[in-house]
Formats: sequence, structure tokens, C-alpha cells
Amino acid sequence: MSGLTGAFHALLKRDLVLAFRHRGELANPLLFFLMIVTLYPLGVSPEVELLRRIAPGVIWIAALLAALFSLENLFRTDFEDGALEQMLLSAHPLAVLVLAKVLAHWLVSGLPMLFLAPLLALLLAMPERAIVALVLTLGLGTPLLSLIGAIGVALTVGLRRGGVLLTLLVMPLYIPVLIFATNAVTAAAAGMPVSGQIYFLAALLVLALTLAPAAIAAALRISVS
Amino acid sequence: MWLFFHKLASPKYFYYLAGKLIPWLGALCLSTLLVGLYLGLVVAPPDYQQGESYRIMFVHVPAAWMSLFIYVLMALLSGINLIWNIKLADVMAGSSAAIGASFTFLALATGSLWGKPMWGAWWVWDARLTSELILLFLYLGYIALVSAIEDRRTAARAGGVLILVGVVNIPIIHYSVEWWNTLHQGPTVTKFDKPSIHLSMLLPLLVMAAAFKLYYLTVVLMRARVEVLDRERRSAWVQQLFGRSG
Repeated sequence: MSGLTGAFHALLKRDLVLAFRHRGELANPLLFFLMIVTLYPLGVSPEVELLRRIAPGVIWIAALLAALFSLENLFRTDFEDGALEQMLLSAHPLAVLVLAKVLAHWLVSGLPMLFLAPLLALLLAMPERAIVALVLTLGLGTPLLSLIGAIGVALTVGLRRGGVLLTLLVMPLYIPVLIFATNAVTAAAAGMPVSGQIYFLAALLVLALTLAPAAIAAALRISVS
Repeated sequence: MWLFFHKLASPKYFYYLAGKLIPWLGALCLSTLLVGLYLGLVVAPPDYQQGESYRIMFVHVPAAWMSLFIYVLMALLSGINLIWNIKLADVMAGSSAAIGASFTFLALATGSLWGKPMWGAWWVWDARLTSELILLFLYLGYIALVSAIEDRRTAARAGGVLILVGVVNIPIIHYSVEWWNTLHQGPTVTKFDKPSIHLSMLLPLLVMAAAFKLYYLTVVLMRARVEVLDRERRSAWVQQLFGRSG
């Protein structure tokens, strides 16, 4: 057992170290997140009332796209230098190793979005009580996006131009997350209770945590063989 | 019994069996389709509220049924392929995708044609419409993935994983969309009351559903047959079939 947790920690640490050696790339998804949100007032209207109304959707769609683009490289380098094959061959269950990689990815790309989100919420004139709900939904939702997205990444890792394809595969699966999260934020802005939506997101996260690693592992075995 | 399945799974036997079945299924499909259309367009009375325009339902509803049916069937076939590694299952799953996507599109298109006179708009963000649209995206994603991977076996297995993930998600997507819609706006449009449908309307609907199933069977066998030939093009029996040796 200690062997397995050891492997989990080693892989987590390795991915985190690798990420911090490329610090420039870490900021890219965040910049992307910020820029998409900036486009809305420019493209739609700078009117405060309107911005306040569309803010939950805007921020969540931006988060969704940012998560998707940052995911693209989740297995890419490991696939190219052969580390992925070693993982497949190792005695430890692949699903657990994969979970370590997804967790590392979420820590460097999903977690920072939680800190940036309140700032964006202020840019879009969101009421304060909605900001708590926004951060809460992002906290539950972004790991969910990482887990679901990783299935798509695992399926397309062997392909040269997987980017657009990944979007096609994963977007429909993101819809429930988007619905519950934006609904919770909208409800919070209107001063309504949001525990129902939050519980739903939490339930989806638990479901994804149990099922997604197995699907990711199966997809990787198919793609790499 | 097992021997039959074993034989069925062999591409050569399947090729000949499918070749024999296709004309029969095709003829049966055509006759049920004609009967269904006659019952639906001529015999069934006009609806007291919607007049004649409800008749598009006889195409719309079976198409929507088929779109879901084929997706679930593909998931079953993909599961069989992933577990027992039966080639024919993935041939059938792969051949079904385009047909399923077409039925989904047909359901959306006829729904939109019906919606224009009834709702006054080509498109309404109604829960059912939206989840049907998402189903179309799932089909298209599957087709895109399978066509992007060159090796057929790998493509089929990868597509199989995607379909299984999709089939877990479909209920979640469906209910979340339903919930999203009911929160945004109440049901402003009365829909068909399923249990109270009259026999003269139910009968053509069921006949049309049977015709669509037969159509699917016919076309999927035709597509699978070509696919089998393509995959087995280097094997002796295909070479022999087309009079080439070696």
C-alpha cells in the first residue's frame, strides 16, 4: 500500500516540479481566462446592468475554455518522451497514477482560477454575495472539468492535431457542470439559497472521481498501444 | 446456440448472411413505411387543436426514438467489443454512428418545421430540443474521433470508450437540461399528452416506428457489409470473391 501512495506522491511531485520549471506556461491559461472575460464588455455592451446579468455565464464559459486549452498538454510530453509508457507498464494501477497527474494539473491550472475569479467578478459588477458562490462553484467545478477533460485528452493523445477534436469530444460532457454552476451563481446574486446546486456539483464530482480515472486509464491503454 | 454466435462473428459468414437478409429487410421496410404513411397521412383524423400540421409527428417521434435507441445500441456493441474483443461488434457500432446522427438531425429538422407554425419560431430553447441537439454533438464527436484515428481497431476501441462515457452522461445531461429550462421559464407550450393519444394516431406512429427500425437494420447491414469487405480486403475469401488471386 505504501508503494502505491509512494508512487502517487512521487508522480504528483514530479508533475508539480515540471510545471514550476516552466513558469511562463503556467500563466497562459489564466491570461486566456482574463482575456475572454474582457472581450464581453467590448463585444456586448459595457452597460453595468447587462454585465451583471450575464456575468456568471461569461466567467464560467471562460473558465471552461481555459480549462480545456490547458488540458491539451496533460499527457502530451509524457507521451512523446515515453514516460507514459513506463506508467502503463508499472505494477501500480494506472487509474491511481492518472489521478495523480490530473490532481497536479488541477493544482497548477484550476486552483489559480479560483483566486482570479473574484477579480473578474468585480470587473463585471457582480454583487458580493454572488462572488462566494462563484468561488465555491469553481472550487467544485474545475476539478470536475479536469477529470472529464482528461478522458478526452487520453483518447486524442496519439493524434497530431487533437486540439479541436478534444473540444468537440469534451464540450457536450461539460454542459451539466455549466448549467448547475451558473445557476448557483445566478441564484446567489438574486439572494436565493444555492445549497441544492452545490450539492449537485459535489455529487457530480464524486461520481467523476470514482469513474473518470478508470475511463482515462482505459483510454490511455488504447491510445498508446 | 453458441455455435451460431461463433459463426455469426466470423466476417465471411456475416457477409453472406447480411447479403441474404438485406433484400427481405428492405422490402419489409418499404411496405411498413408505405402502410404507416398511408395510415398517418390519410386515415388518421386531423388534430382538433393543431389541425394537419401535427402529422409531422409520425416522422419526428420515431426519428427521436431511433436517435436514442441507436446511441444505446452503440454503447452495448462497444461494451461487447471492449470486453470480448469481437470485431463484428465494432463494425456494427461504427456503421451505426452516421445513421444515428442522421436520425438525430431528422428529429431536429422536423421538430423545427413543426415548431414554426406551433410556437411561432424555428427554434426554442426547450429542454427536449436542447438535449436532442447535445445528442447530435455527441454523435458528431464520436464520428470525428473515429475518423481521426487511422488504425481501425484502435479507432473503434477509442470510440467505444467515448460512447460509454457518453451513455453515462446522457441521463445527467438530459435531467440537468430539463432542470435548467424549468427554472428559467415555465412550460409555456402544451405538449402531446402521451397517454391520451387516440388509437387512430397511435397505430400509424407505431407502424412508422417499426418502419424506421427496419430501415436502420437494412442500412446498417449494408454499411457493415462494405466495412467488412474493406477490412478483410487482404484475406483469401475476399480476394476470391472478386476473382483475384494472391
